[in-house]
Amino acid sequence: MTATNDTATRTVWERLLTIDRRIVFVFVGIALVVPFFLGVSQKMPVSREVRMMADAMERVPDGALVLISTDYDPPTTPELQPMSVVCMKYALKRKWRVVICGLYPMGAVQGNIAWDIAVRDEQFRDRRPVYGTDYVNLGFQSGNEAVIQKMGSDIHSTFTRDYRGTPIGEIPIMRGVTNLGNLDFMVNVSSGYPGTREWVQFGVDRFGLKMVAGNTAVQTTEMTPYVGKQLLGMAGGMRGAAELEQALGFPGKAGKYMVCQSVAHVIVIAFIVIGNIAYFATGRRRRGD
Amino acid sequence: MRLPLMRREIPTFIALVVGIICIIQFFIPHWPFGRMVDTFADWFTIMQAVAIWLGALNLLKISFQKVTRKKGHDRWYGAVVILSFMLMAITGLLLSGGRRFQMPGTRFDWLYINMFAPLASTMFALLVFFVASASYRAFRARSWEAGLLLVAAFLVMLGRAPVGDSMTGFMPPGYQLSDVASWIMNYPQLAGQRAIMIGIALGVASASLRLILGLERSYLGGQ
Repeated sequence: MTATNDTATRTVWERLLTIDRRIVFVFVGIALVVPFFLGVSQKMPVSREVRMMADAMERVPDGALVLISTDYDPPTTPELQPMSVVCMKYALKRKWRVVICGLYPMGAVQGNIAWDIAVRDEQFRDRRPVYGTDYVNLGFQSGNEAVIQKMGSDIHSTFTRDYRGTPIGEIPIMRGVTNLGNLDFMVNVSSGYPGTREWVQFGVDRFGLKMVAGNTAVQTTEMTPYVGKQLLGMAGGMRGAAELEQALGFPGKAGKYMVCQSVAHVIVIAFIVIGNIAYFATGRRRRGD
Repeated sequence: MRLPLMRREIPTFIALVVGIICIIQFFIPHWPFGRMVDTFADWFTIMQAVAIWLGALNLLKISFQKVTRKKGHDRWYGAVVILSFMLMAITGLLLSGGRRFQMPGTRFDWLYINMFAPLASTMFALLVFFVASASYRAFRARSWEAGLLLVAAFLVMLGRAPVGDSMTGFMPPGYQLSDVASWIMNYPQLAGQRAIMIGIALGVASASLRLILGLERSYLGGQ
């Protein structure tokens, strides 16, 4: 009887070790989808890096000229688009003059989409930002860090036309803006290369840009060493986006997505724990003891 | 085999001159060095724009080769690539108002918003399922170091989601899971990351010097 039970127990653990991956997929799918429809929200404390970012943005005067570089494309939109949207909402609130550009081919388009979402916010119903006077989108320029290097000496020869095809010299907001030194502040939302690291190396270190950054979760570890000196603040991943929404006072999509992320993290951890228990439970047998 | 002059000496000479001027310009950002580096940046931008086209044409060529192959499961994927490429390129270049093709409301914008963006996001989102499955199979405490990594990963994963704070809400501020995750990120992780960054920087500096001095020529495609 004991031997039978022992065999049955071992079989269960062994089965768990070789569980069909489709079962894991189903659990993760449920973990992601169900909380999305529950309408639950979770409060979270704002981290030091995001608090620094919000404080740095608060110190920028009203009406300042701010560059928002959206260096990402659709795959990283769930993490980064909420950051762009909340930064643009804050820019509208503070009446910043916004210059959008992208070092990714899709970046400037993502910037456009984020701007449209921000403008449609109820709080800014009465504001009608004028293209060319209140904001401009310079579009995409190929060249990665060479673009930043060139913007440091002459923005007009780097982006000769905006994304609509209008010569930069004819755009009112760009008059008197010759290089990065003329910008009051910069927000970089990036998902990789070229992105925050390049802006830090060529824009901040070289031309003294005052900059904050929003990055994907996987990039956060690489960018942390820059926080404090080169980066005046940083929001990392979905959590960073949700904290930023909270800190700047514009609750949005990232806060909602965090519930899904919470449940998904718990499910993944549960699977890892089960896998390890099964691993140790079958350990003696595998070692031939 | 000795490479012809055009393929070895001249590119090495260009790399030497451009590299040295870029270094000098960093310390003396005035005429003529500043102006010269701006010109190099222009050339770099032009070359990269050409490289994007080259990449796109290469993708088309490879896809055509796949389609024309008589056998092979991926010939249909090749056909999808060609059709999608042509659809986006023709719509963007000819049917969306020329230079204003990226503006909201154009046909290109419609394709981007309703087809490209959801498809690209979906492809990336699928990663979560494979990460979960791979973690389940591979993330085992096989040694003391692996166990340490596992515990750190648990703490960061829970601490980076609000559920971590809900679980440790009874703890005083500064000792909750998000604080523990922040501590891991800001101290042990940061120390390791800085060491890696310094190592990379030294490696890049030495590799760049080798390129400028012509000691490293693998980029020429020869030796």
